[in-house]
Amino acid sequence: MFTALRQRFEAWVTRGQRPARDPVRLERRRIYILPTRYGYAFAALLFVLFLWSINYSNSMGFAFTFLLVAIAHNSMWQAHDTLLGLIIHPADVEPAFVGQDARLCFRLENPGPEPRYGIALQWRDQPPSYVDVPPSGAAAATLTIPATQRGWLRPGRIRILTRFPLGLLQSWSWVEFESAALVYPQPRGQRPLPAALPNSSGGGLQEVGPGSEDYAGFRPYAPGDSPRRIAWKAAGRSEQLLVKRFTDQARSELWLDWVLLGDDPVEARLAQLCQWVLKAETESRRYGLQLPGVRIPPGQGDMHRRRCLEALALF
Amino acid sequence: MRFWKQQHNSLASRPAPSAGEEHAKVCAQTPVELLTSTALIWVILTLTLAVAPHTNELPVWLAPAFFIVAAWRGVIAIWQQPLPPRWLLLVLALLAAAGVLVSYKTLLGRDPGVALLTAMTACKLLETRGLRDGVVLVFLGYLLVMSNLLYSQEIPMVAYLLAVVVLMLVSQMLIHRQHAGLTALAPLRLAGKMVLLAIPVMLVLFILFPRIPGPLWGLPKDAYKGRTGLSDEMEPGTISQLIQSDEVAFRVRFTGAMPSPKQLYWRGPVLWGFDGRRWTRRDELPSKTPFPFTPEGPALDYAVLLEPSNQRWLLALDLPASLPPRAGMTRSFQLLRERPVNEVYRYEVRSYLQYRTGELTSAERFLGLRLPSKSNPRARELVEEWRARDPRPESLVNAALALFREQSFHYTLTPPLLGFHSIDEFLFRTREGFCEHYASAFVFLMRAAGVPARVITGYQGGERNEMGEYLIVRQSDAHAWAEVWLEDRGWVRIDPTAAVSPDRIQQGIYAALADTGTLPFLARRDGHYAWLRQLALSWDVLNIRWNEWVLAYGPDRQKEFLSGLGFGTVDWRGMTIAMVAALSSLGVIFITLRWRSRRSRDPVVRAWQQFCHRLAQHGLARGLHEGPLDFTERVIAQRPELAKPVREIARLYTVLRYGPVHPSMAVRQLQRQVRRFRA
Repeated sequence: MFTALRQRFEAWVTRGQRPARDPVRLERRRIYILPTRYGYAFAALLFVLFLWSINYSNSMGFAFTFLLVAIAHNSMWQAHDTLLGLIIHPADVEPAFVGQDARLCFRLENPGPEPRYGIALQWRDQPPSYVDVPPSGAAAATLTIPATQRGWLRPGRIRILTRFPLGLLQSWSWVEFESAALVYPQPRGQRPLPAALPNSSGGGLQEVGPGSEDYAGFRPYAPGDSPRRIAWKAAGRSEQLLVKRFTDQARSELWLDWVLLGDDPVEARLAQLCQWVLKAETESRRYGLQLPGVRIPPGQGDMHRRRCLEALALF
Repeated sequence: MRFWKQQHNSLASRPAPSAGEEHAKVCAQTPVELLTSTALIWVILTLTLAVAPHTNELPVWLAPAFFIVAAWRGVIAIWQQPLPPRWLLLVLALLAAAGVLVSYKTLLGRDPGVALLTAMTACKLLETRGLRDGVVLVFLGYLLVMSNLLYSQEIPMVAYLLAVVVLMLVSQMLIHRQHAGLTALAPLRLAGKMVLLAIPVMLVLFILFPRIPGPLWGLPKDAYKGRTGLSDEMEPGTISQLIQSDEVAFRVRFTGAMPSPKQLYWRGPVLWGFDGRRWTRRDELPSKTPFPFTPEGPALDYAVLLEPSNQRWLLALDLPASLPPRAGMTRSFQLLRERPVNEVYRYEVRSYLQYRTGELTSAERFLGLRLPSKSNPRARELVEEWRARDPRPESLVNAALALFREQSFHYTLTPPLLGFHSIDEFLFRTREGFCEHYASAFVFLMRAAGVPARVITGYQGGERNEMGEYLIVRQSDAHAWAEVWLEDRGWVRIDPTAAVSPDRIQQGIYAALADTGTLPFLARRDGHYAWLRQLALSWDVLNIRWNEWVLAYGPDRQKEFLSGLGFGTVDWRGMTIAMVAALSSLGVIFITLRWRSRRSRDPVVRAWQQFCHRLAQHGLARGLHEGPLDFTERVIAQRPELAKPVREIARLYTVLRYGPVHPSMAVRQLQRQVRRFRA
């Protein structure tokens, strides 16, 4: 119930805030401050010191107690100033798979001439991660959010907080950005990769041209060949320099098709397809993806893989 | 992330079939945030410094034990050793408590309390692992600082403890840093700054926070033990022992001219009872009004700054005619405060140096003549001889003084020991004594002769500090003299020591003694190390200011001071209002300063902000993500006619802001350009 109340309070405080597209500067009116539990304990300590001073009529005891009061008060200003004017840039996000942590990397910019210490970003009840921001500089704060569902992961309200300098008070503010992390389905499933489809020009092995993937014997060295391809051991045995010969796997043009997965549940199918995409990519095969309403022609490489995974995530 | 390590270790060591669930459970608990070893070492060092001044007051074993434990914990922190097991901690804690109990026979009281605090801090050190433990340690450290103030509030100690507080703040900052950016130097600078900024608020609270007269509840018996000073008893050796100390007893500022040294008799306890060897005080009820007498000379006003004595009496010149607040006066003209003086206490008194007192009550006559029977027969015989010659009290007094003056009596700090008939032995055999011997013998002779007499203890003379125009009275000025009651004059002060050694009264103890080697340094007056004594006197000027304005600033002094400012009598309501007003104005000053410093920080930044502001008024606000060059390019794209000045300003700004040098000419040029700029 407490959590529910707190969430409603947060929603109420931030009711005027729209998710931001641009960097956000923390203004006075959106910074809040409250004592931490150490702050309350410190107040109790001050009370004990005060009674002690009265009882012993100890003049310096009073001075000491009052000094600590003033320092605690001072630390309130400092906690406030640590956040005031800080600029938070929208996060750079890296996509993640379900079950992993999505990493949101925020850039905190300090326009002031004083360093700002001990600033943390916190998402819900995850442990906060602390950074220091140098004067007239910036620092990166990474927030890791567990990715539980495929699709766009919107972190929502993020708490930016500091307990600097003495840990007695916590000042904080809420920011919310439009930026979201893409979460791919979890790669899961036992099915082997589907068989390669017969090519239109006829099936079987076909040497399309010199490639770099499958080893296919030696040939003599010709100027322009990469030194890395020289087969030194074989060259030692023969009279001339030999170069390894490779062919690309034209045979392995795969279609990863939704239909192949029969009547599995949707998420299980997506998980299996995701696993296939990764597997096909690591095996360096050309693959295409076919989903209801989506058709990605066969291809290979990071960009292609990404395109396929995005299609799976957003299906 | 070190503080996660513990959890992961415990996870790994367990054969967990459902690792996922287990992990979720562990994460749901609040993780123990471990202390960094840097923070821990700072805490250990600071606590050691906080305990160090206690070394002399603690039981012999405790301070070394604390230092060993601190070093041990330091080793554990540096070399990442495991902490001692729980059972060992428990054993150590019980041992420490038992040790304190054995050393003091009790756990209650100031000294056992401080010892327990020290012992428990040591035990806590051995248990400390996480952030919360660190916070507890720092809080214990603040309590230790406070406990040091119960023993000494002198300037060097206060300065030392202030430094300890700064280090304590550094430790606290380091405990709460879960990030690596702070080196030890930055928090030191920050802590210093925090203390400096805190001082104005502290001063306002110190001066204006309405003080409550303590104590709120009973203090432990040993709260103020270990103070040297007069006691309410006197036997041979009491005063000569006190003479060995050059501690300040009190300091005096006179409103008018300072009287001559031979008039300075500072009246302390008045002793009536005698058992043949020891003189004791009589319990007299103090009255709320000064006990009347007839002044026969001008009044003398002065303020006394009494050092804590843990006794109720207040010293005043013979004879006091006014009462400080919360004090009373007995029929023996002794000032008594309601409760013992345990803080530096300042009070103002009026005295008359010439006076005539009134009648003697029958009880006083009885007490003033009472002597233990069958003691000191030879002295009694001598008195009978005198009485046979001339029974008038005045001539009896003179006969006794003549005895001291004319026979070979010596004034010495190291008199021979005396037995049961102490007066006889002193008068007829040893003839060497200190003021208590003379006062005691004189009063005995007078009582034996039928003249009511009593012993007065207190201080005589004092050292004039020319630099601060005040008088310093030290324990080495302690003195004892006599008063006899004469029919037509009342109580008359007779100082038999003056008969033996007039120098003692005229020039102080140093001039009077032949064996000055045993005197403490500051009681001496010879030419050796005169510059050092001069230095000591300058230091004392600082001390009297400190005592007058800081240590003596209690409920009475506060009212007096604030009422003296010209707002009439100030009570706690007035103080509270003044305090709130002062704090608010401090706040206004602080906010104004902050605002101004924010505005006028850097002329280059200011000029640039002015430029951006001007453009913003024309709908060309700079986005937070835009650097100066991106921004100017956008401005030029939208308003090509401004290209020239905008480019120039942007160029100057980037050169000044990010370039290696700051020619002031360029700064002025930038400011000029911005001033001229019209969008």
